[in-house]
Amino acid sequence: MTLTDTLFFSFKAIVSYRVRSLLIILAMALGVAAVIILTALGDGARHYVINQFSSIGTNLLVVMPGRAETSGAFPGTVLGETPRDLTLKDAQLLGRLPQIKRYAPLNIGVAELSAANLLREVTVLGSNANLIPIRHMKLAQGNFLTQGSAQSAQIVLGHKLAQDFFPRSQAIGQRVRLGENRFLVSGVLAPQGESMGFNTDEIVIIPIDYAQALFNTTSLFRILIEAKSHNDIQSAKQAILDTLKQSHDGEEDNTVITQDAVLATFDRILHALTLSVAGIAAISLIVAGILIMNVMLVAVSQRTAEIGLLKAIGATTIDIRRLFFAEALWLSLAGAMIGFMLGQFGSLLLRLAYPQLPAWAPAWATLAGILIALVTGILASLLPAGRAARLDAVIALSKK
Amino acid sequence: MIHLSAITRTFHMGDQAVYALDNINLDIAAGEYVSIMGPSGSGKSTLLNLIGLLDKPDSGYYALDGIAITDLSETEQAQIRREKIGFVFQSFHLVPRLTAAENIELPLILSGIPVAERQKRVASALQDFDLQQRALHRPAELSGGQRQRVAIARATIMQPSVILADEPTGNLDHQIGAEVMMLLENLHHKGTTLIIVTHDRELGARAHRQIGMRDGKILTDQSHDAH
Repeated sequence: MTLTDTLFFSFKAIVSYRVRSLLIILAMALGVAAVIILTALGDGARHYVINQFSSIGTNLLVVMPGRAETSGAFPGTVLGETPRDLTLKDAQLLGRLPQIKRYAPLNIGVAELSAANLLREVTVLGSNANLIPIRHMKLAQGNFLTQGSAQSAQIVLGHKLAQDFFPRSQAIGQRVRLGENRFLVSGVLAPQGESMGFNTDEIVIIPIDYAQALFNTTSLFRILIEAKSHNDIQSAKQAILDTLKQSHDGEEDNTVITQDAVLATFDRILHALTLSVAGIAAISLIVAGILIMNVMLVAVSQRTAEIGLLKAIGATTIDIRRLFFAEALWLSLAGAMIGFMLGQFGSLLLRLAYPQLPAWAPAWATLAGILIALVTGILASLLPAGRAARLDAVIALSKK
Repeated sequence: MIHLSAITRTFHMGDQAVYALDNINLDIAAGEYVSIMGPSGSGKSTLLNLIGLLDKPDSGYYALDGIAITDLSETEQAQIRREKIGFVFQSFHLVPRLTAAENIELPLILSGIPVAERQKRVASALQDFDLQQRALHRPAELSGGQRQRVAIARATIMQPSVILADEPTGNLDHQIGAEVMMLLENLHHKGTTLIIVTHDRELGARAHRQIGMRDGKILTDQSHDAH
């Protein structure tokens, strides 16, 4: 029996047992589609988080006060001391390091913003002019603390705030009151929406000195630092730690996290998540494979007479084995292809439903899904095909 | 052409061995028309299956066309079944999902004959057995006589040297059965060896050589001239 005839003959068998074949193909297709859609979801989530995290800056390092240690008791607790605060002086020291392109000290608080008889609570960021470029924010209009105006009471409004407070008029040049102080609106942020769960459309930015006065503090919440290049990040981190240790009397009481490290961690976690989700989906493929085996075994006993006849008219055991094998191949091939299309369609729907989520199934997952479908289908056919081939012709023929 | 010597085939029923064939010695020449008769369980079907290479003897020697069958591998036996032997069964054994033409084509497919040649031979077989109008019908849509004609067309499509028919008219009424016998006997007239298993005395009597069996043994072996 030639290969073409084997494939054609088994194809006809599949078409004749329509319901049986469709059910198997459906099971296979759902398995493959599950692998594709779930990995698209996982990988989409990974890309989403990484994009979000990349969008907050480039070559970013964040200095935080305090330090988490695992070894022994924190000395400060024993002596009743708190870790030293980060100060503006620290920030300026760090700004002089050769690896550092620019820095932005940061204070965050909440205050009441009022203007034009309107009033609302807003999140206030206190910083310097560098905050805008370091955090990849964009000004739609105006500027913030440009050279020469570094000490003036300027305020930048988030996009939505500017619209709410000054719906009809130009926001720039207006005077607003924040807490007890009056500020001059010097810029409006471009609409950016949510970024890391933080809506930049509803914040205001004021100079750090005013913010510290407003919140009555001398310490900083964070120092954001941009390294000169990607290669400088590690040495910048070390230099920052050394500098702060020196200025804090030899006490290493600060933490520096790099955007890179956080990114890598997120990437790893979400990649592992995608893998495990793909693994769970692959189990459904193996279940589909077992279904194929079961249905093929039933097919063998249903078609005993046919197998006996084929033997009587001269089919070899190899012919019979190949026929059933080819049937399984067709079924899993059809299932894999339909599943591939279903999966792509499902991913498309996901992307349409959640435009922020780049739900594309990675190529490895698609390929693995299809391969697992084919391999389980083929493996599942071995036992039934072998059983069919071993049937005794005389007994098979005597069965009706 | 067919040479059986000291063939024994036993089946086990519980712990008892039953002789289906007990020391059978038989020679059938090419072109003979033989009927094998006997009651149920006499071993006549087993003998036919054995000649058709569907069954293997426990002991003894079987040669077909001078080839020692007992020494052949399974694949080689399949090839001989394909090329030298045509089976006709009582219950036709057509593949229900295939059309009449496709059923007739089956042995050609198994032999790997190219499509164009297959179509030619199937078309001429359909004509020979007056089945042109039924070529695209499935077995369920055919009458008993038509089904057996399809089965005979299938059995002869490879131009085998021997046709083995096991109760070929057993599921047919008298009139149709007679037509089917005519067809088979026509094949014999063209030179094919024809071996028919039946327990119908009248049918068996039409053969030129009649073998009577009982309890796995050949009791009678009579020949008479063609009528």
